[in-house]
Amino acid sequence: MILNSAAINFVIPIGVCNCLLAQLDLDFNRIAPSIPYILGGIWITLKFTLLSAIFGFIWGTVLSLFKISSIKPLYWFGMAYTSVFRGTPLLVTLSKIYFDTPQLTGYEISGFQAGVITFSLNSGAYISEVIRAGIMAVDKGQTEAAMSLGVSYKPMMLDVILPQAIKNILPALVNESIALLKDSALVSTIGATDLLRRAQIVGAEKYVYFEPLLIVAVVYYLMVMSLTLSANLLETQLRKSS
Amino acid sequence: MQEKGAIAIKIDRLYKSFGSLKVLRAISTEIAKGEVVALIGPSGCGKSTFLRCLNLLETPTSGKIYINGQEITDSKTDVNKIRQNVGMVFQHFHLFPHMNVLKNIMYAPVKVNNLSKPEARSLAMDLLQKVDLVDKADVFPSKLSGGQKQRVAIARSLAMQPDIMLFDEPTSALDPEMVKEVLDVMQAVSESGMTMAVVTHEMGFAKEVADRIFFLDGGEIAEDSPPDVFFSHPKSARAQKFLAKIL
Repeated sequence: MILNSAAINFVIPIGVCNCLLAQLDLDFNRIAPSIPYILGGIWITLKFTLLSAIFGFIWGTVLSLFKISSIKPLYWFGMAYTSVFRGTPLLVTLSKIYFDTPQLTGYEISGFQAGVITFSLNSGAYISEVIRAGIMAVDKGQTEAAMSLGVSYKPMMLDVILPQAIKNILPALVNESIALLKDSALVSTIGATDLLRRAQIVGAEKYVYFEPLLIVAVVYYLMVMSLTLSANLLETQLRKSS
Repeated sequence: MQEKGAIAIKIDRLYKSFGSLKVLRAISTEIAKGEVVALIGPSGCGKSTFLRCLNLLETPTSGKIYINGQEITDSKTDVNKIRQNVGMVFQHFHLFPHMNVLKNIMYAPVKVNNLSKPEARSLAMDLLQKVDLVDKADVFPSKLSGGQKQRVAIARSLAMQPDIMLFDEPTSALDPEMVKEVLDVMQAVSESGMTMAVVTHEMGFAKEVADRIFFLDGGEIAEDSPPDVFFSHPKSARAQKFLAKIL
């Protein structure tokens, strides 16, 4: 009796699996000619991520300095800015910038430009919080030592405080670029032909969605993993050096 | 180095409060060029705050401070210009951890005084010679002992070629066996004619090297006398009580 029920338990899952697989009917041959086209989106996605990460980092640094500034209007601006960008969905910001820019300025903004601008502005808000925390965590004595040598604010920040702050917040910065990489899929909604958009185009052409989207999911995962791994390597290196 | 007798630091009714806490009350004094002043007193008496007012790391609440005749408490003064002339050494060294010893010393001369890299390097090597750390030029601060760190910090300050050096408890964070190497360097600096103000708990150093002792208590200079007088016949009752506790 006991044996019997064990056998049933074992058989049923296999039966369910077979049944699912039969319905799935995976066949990558149908989209094989389109795979290079889909993978071509990797470059577009990476370009989005890289440009937005660079601009976002620069803008985030500036914003973080606003937020620790003793000049009140700059401080308020930094705080209000972060609040707005953290409090609105990225997809909304993206659509606003893409659809409003032509109306406001007459300039026909491309999906690519709108994407880079949105992601830079958005990640600037998040990165500024990270950098601000990093700056606050640097020993106050470092500022005092630099000041007592007569070093003025700008070189003090650039040469003494920020290098130490950024070393501490490197893991958080990598997390932010991973978020950027994944969020970049949103540009598919405004017509930029990134990885996701290309998979959708192929799917619409061939009436198959499972395979192209699976490919895209795997590619995103691999990209994120390689970012994570290289960040871990970098962190161990940095820890060794300090 | 400089003519003795001229006034290096003049302080006129200096007050400093943190909120309702009055830390310094009406301090007025003068320090001559080349003079070494030791500031001693019970903890919380305002020694460090007094010292930090002299290079405006603390902004005085009221009162005037003149350095080499220039009023530094004037809002129009370029604070960085003043600080280039007033070096400071901290209890916890505050070396730049991401720069090696040589870069720590070269940084301010290159950035602030616009020295060329080779000029700054030879200046830094000379100073390392003086503090006996030439072999540590390429080492990062984390690899140094406390005494070595403090000697590098002194060299870093001297690299700006200041007229005045402030020391804020320079040996308080050191293991006992490292105190002497730092005090020796400080003594050498004082012998070069440097004007110095030293907050210290090293009574031996105060006795031997200082020209004057300021005994601070309750935010005031309770006593200002030469070391031999101060340590043998303190005038004020508060100083007598303090000395009875520590000696």
